[in-house]
Amino acid sequence: MPVTQAPFQTRNLAHDEAQEYVWTLNFGPQHPATHTTLRLVLKLDGERVLDAMPDIGYLHSGFEKLGEHLDYNQYVTVTDRMNYISPMANNVAWHLAVEKLLGLEITPRCKYVRMLVAELARISDHLLCCGAMGLDLGAFTVFLYAFYQRERIYDIFETLCGARFTNSYTRVGGVMHDITPQVVQKVREFVRTFPRTLADIERLLHRNRIFIDRTRGVGVLSKEDAINFGCSGPVARASGVTRDLRKDEPYLAYEELDFQVPCASEGDCLARYLVRIEEMKESLKLVDQIVENIPPGPVNLDMDQRVIIPGKDQVYQSIEGLITHFELIMWNRGLEVPCEECYHAIESPNGELGFYLVGDGTPRAYRARCRPPSFIHFALFPHLICGHTLSDVVAVLGSLNIIAAELDR
Amino acid sequence: MAVELPEGVVLSRLDALANWCRKNSLWPMPFATACCGIELMATAASRYDLARFGAEVFRFSPRQADLMIVAGRVVMKMLPVLQRIWLQMPEPKWCISMGACASTGGVFDTYAVVQGIDRFLPVDMYIPGCPPRPEQLIQAVLDLQEKIQAEGTLSGREFQRPWAQVRRRVFDPQGLVQLEVPPALRSEQASRN
Amino acid sequence: MSDRPSYDEQLQQRLREAFPEYPLSTFRGQLRMVAPAAELMSTMRRLKEEFGFDMLVDVTCVDYLHYRGAKDRFGLVYLLADTENNRRLTVRVYLNEPELTVPSMYPLWKAADWLEREVWDMFGIRFAGHPDHRRILLPEEFTAHPLRKDYPLQGRGERHNFPVLTRPES
Repeated sequence: MPVTQAPFQTRNLAHDEAQEYVWTLNFGPQHPATHTTLRLVLKLDGERVLDAMPDIGYLHSGFEKLGEHLDYNQYVTVTDRMNYISPMANNVAWHLAVEKLLGLEITPRCKYVRMLVAELARISDHLLCCGAMGLDLGAFTVFLYAFYQRERIYDIFETLCGARFTNSYTRVGGVMHDITPQVVQKVREFVRTFPRTLADIERLLHRNRIFIDRTRGVGVLSKEDAINFGCSGPVARASGVTRDLRKDEPYLAYEELDFQVPCASEGDCLARYLVRIEEMKESLKLVDQIVENIPPGPVNLDMDQRVIIPGKDQVYQSIEGLITHFELIMWNRGLEVPCEECYHAIESPNGELGFYLVGDGTPRAYRARCRPPSFIHFALFPHLICGHTLSDVVAVLGSLNIIAAELDR
Repeated sequence: MAVELPEGVVLSRLDALANWCRKNSLWPMPFATACCGIELMATAASRYDLARFGAEVFRFSPRQADLMIVAGRVVMKMLPVLQRIWLQMPEPKWCISMGACASTGGVFDTYAVVQGIDRFLPVDMYIPGCPPRPEQLIQAVLDLQEKIQAEGTLSGREFQRPWAQVRRRVFDPQGLVQLEVPPALRSEQASRN
Repeated sequence: MSDRPSYDEQLQQRLREAFPEYPLSTFRGQLRMVAPAAELMSTMRRLKEEFGFDMLVDVTCVDYLHYRGAKDRFGLVYLLADTENNRRLTVRVYLNEPELTVPSMYPLWKAADWLEREVWDMFGIRFAGHPDHRRILLPEEFTAHPLRKDYPLQGRGERHNFPVLTRPES
């Protein structure tokens, strides 16, 4: 079999009929290493990937259309299913966008509770990402270790809101339940014991020759390309883009907390993995600070503002409570929304997760656009993989952390 | 398995033995598309450990599997893939529809989502929940084991004919009626058709 | 944090001088500008090269078919960000049938590649000069553009249009 000369002019190869030895491999949509449903059509010369053509949409379920038919509180259940490895971060992103559209300022306690769940979601996301990356690259144990810690975060969420996985925890102007001492105790326990597992994971992978060899120098993304492709989150920070919305456009109460943003300059798969590991440590620091400093006071907005559905005691015993409940539940009443458009983004575990909302005065969004980081990052894939071997496909996919439901929505 | 076994004790015991072997060595094919897939991973991972019930050998090739677990919503671009994978699995095979989305479409009553895979595929076990807890999936596997012990595959046809023939649909429809399908399942089958 | 408003005011002033006839507005601290479709490419190029908006965060579209008081059918939304100075700008373009074509932003930002394909898929807006102008999320044989307001939520029966496999057949 002849060997092609570098550099690979990938786009032109498809039309070059002289190279008959180029063959095509279909990867997915049902493949263990994709973890979810995406399809790649790879053009191979032996084992070397000349071109990759992603084909997505195998999980397109009409989230944005559904957002136009559900009201601002109902849609939070759908955002859970958008990025299903860190649902809490999506809940927070959605309701922050809605509150920005409505012009509401939530209570300080609510800010802290939301930050707490968002940071726990970040840890659980990075755990799954690093665990699955280890799984794909032949280090199965890491996956089991990481998943056990995820189960402990599930436990915290279950104590907090009753659901272990798809939480739907936030509401417009507040959250579903206030935080309880049991949750605080579980979080403290987690903060105390988690570093040990993290150290185990590091010991398992950082000196693992196979893992390092398969990730170092693979799928290099330069800083200019990262910005030009619109990358954000760990993918961009591993390429030297020092952009973190928690620092740059502080939302909630991130200004009051002390944390650092890990960055790397190499831009390869190993750098993306290392950035995630470091982010877990920073998030743990944040969780520790948040849980020790939760301010007292109410977690939800006052009933007079007519955004939060009042508790049953108020509904049954006071006329204001009854009227507020009635106003919010009626199909043609509900929240007072301006006829305006706004965009709000948070630093979700995967990158910049934003919602572009158009309000039209009704309690349902006229348009609920989600800016999905996975979608932007997966567009990079052909750029990253060209010139590498077939076995590097799983390394690059694992390091980009593509979530199909967020990719396709 | 001989083709022309006389009716009687031997056949039924072999059948029971085969069922017993099958039910305790299910090889699932995780057709994990969405959120339920993560719970499926959790079921296989350390805390819930599906290996305790003999169903931990996840095979990603349909040719090596006999239980398809459809975890997550199936959309119209994915359904032909799902059907093709189902056809690629050798008999005997079973299908678990995990979660509300796979069973009914769930909250996604939209243009793209198939409203229940049982409209287009035979399903043996449905698991409610969005997503179901790992305990529910384990329960479904246990229930399926019971079902396999009780009735084998739906028809037990693979003892009578080579399944390649079945694939070519050469058997007469009369042969179908004579098979010993339990009445409850027969009505289910009729409603599906 | 204290100097951010002045940053924004500076930017607003510069934008007013550079594009005097384009309407500029703010809502909840977000700066928005409306550009005509014919001058979109030159506007965006200036925004990228002179104003330093080096990142295209998102491209999306809104169908104003049932929107109260709306004059135009579609509104394209480009969200830009300046990663150096940490500023954002929303550029909007209004389009009406039958001229649903705008120039592709792919030459400026590669991020536009998939985002514009998605807008084409969901809204049926064409991007002239796009290198790979195909549907992205829906199958190729799909005919409608589902995020338009005249397309029903449950679809037109596409989701039921498959052969049925029964147990004896499979």
